[in-house]
Amino acid sequence: MSAPAVTMLIAVVAIVLALVYYLVSVIVQLRKISAGLDNVIGSVGEIIEKSAPVNEVVNNINGQLDAGVDLLEGLLVKKAGLSDAMGLVDGLYPGAAAAGLRNFPDSKDVDPPRIGEVYTKGTLTLARLGREAPIAAASPNGPAIRNPAYATASARKLYPGGRPMEPEPLPRSPVIGTDSPVQYEQRDDIGKPRKRMPTES
Amino acid sequence: MTLWWIGDGLLFLVVAPIAVYLLDGVLKAAKSIVPSVDSIARTAAAGSKDLDAVPLLLTTQSQVEQTVAGVAAYGSSLDVIVDDAEEAGR
Repeated sequence: MSAPAVTMLIAVVAIVLALVYYLVSVIVQLRKISAGLDNVIGSVGEIIEKSAPVNEVVNNINGQLDAGVDLLEGLLVKKAGLSDAMGLVDGLYPGAAAAGLRNFPDSKDVDPPRIGEVYTKGTLTLARLGREAPIAAASPNGPAIRNPAYATASARKLYPGGRPMEPEPLPRSPVIGTDSPVQYEQRDDIGKPRKRMPTES
Repeated sequence: MTLWWIGDGLLFLVVAPIAVYLLDGVLKAAKSIVPSVDSIARTAAAGSKDLDAVPLLLTTQSQVEQTVAGVAAYGSSLDVIVDDAEEAGR
């Protein structure tokens, strides 16, 4: 065999060996990729299985909340009127009146009245009665009268020395009668003729 | 004979380097995929674990239903005891 033929044979063998090395390495990497994708598919399957009922449940919750919003909006507008309702909304959440009520498109055009001007009396009443009412904190007259945190302190001011307990027991009534332990002095005139007033002479 | 040597030269200097270059590129690409797949697998497993709380949505659903029912009852009572705005204005 000639020298060029041997050289070519060596070259071909070297190329084949390189092919084997690289292809086997690629196969090993592809097997790792396949195993990793199996894990991914398993986890994705769990995600799909766990998230399957989410859509239905969330839609149900949204439906319930929509019904609640419809109810409260309708009740508020029915009882307070659209203008005052927007004033209440804006009083509780400043700026919220601009968004309007969902079921009342005209509410966006309402100029909300200032809640302090419309509901002054009611506001102060709530401030007086409110226990931990948020509105009581902003009362112009200070904190609520019936503040539970200070109610006991206010009552305690009435009795600075401590609230008195029951009064001291009074002495019992004396026992009377012939067999009583204490015999009182008897009158001398008992059993004797009645004294007569002196006659004028 | 000269053609033999030219062929050998082409084989060593052109074909073999190109083959090695291409195969090395394929191997590097395959190796670069493995960490990405592992990362995706870890993320998917974490995502699946995060969804363990999904059954609590059923409790949320039940509580929302009870709350809305309470609000409806409260609203009904208010509707009875509070005059309507139109009536109050009369």
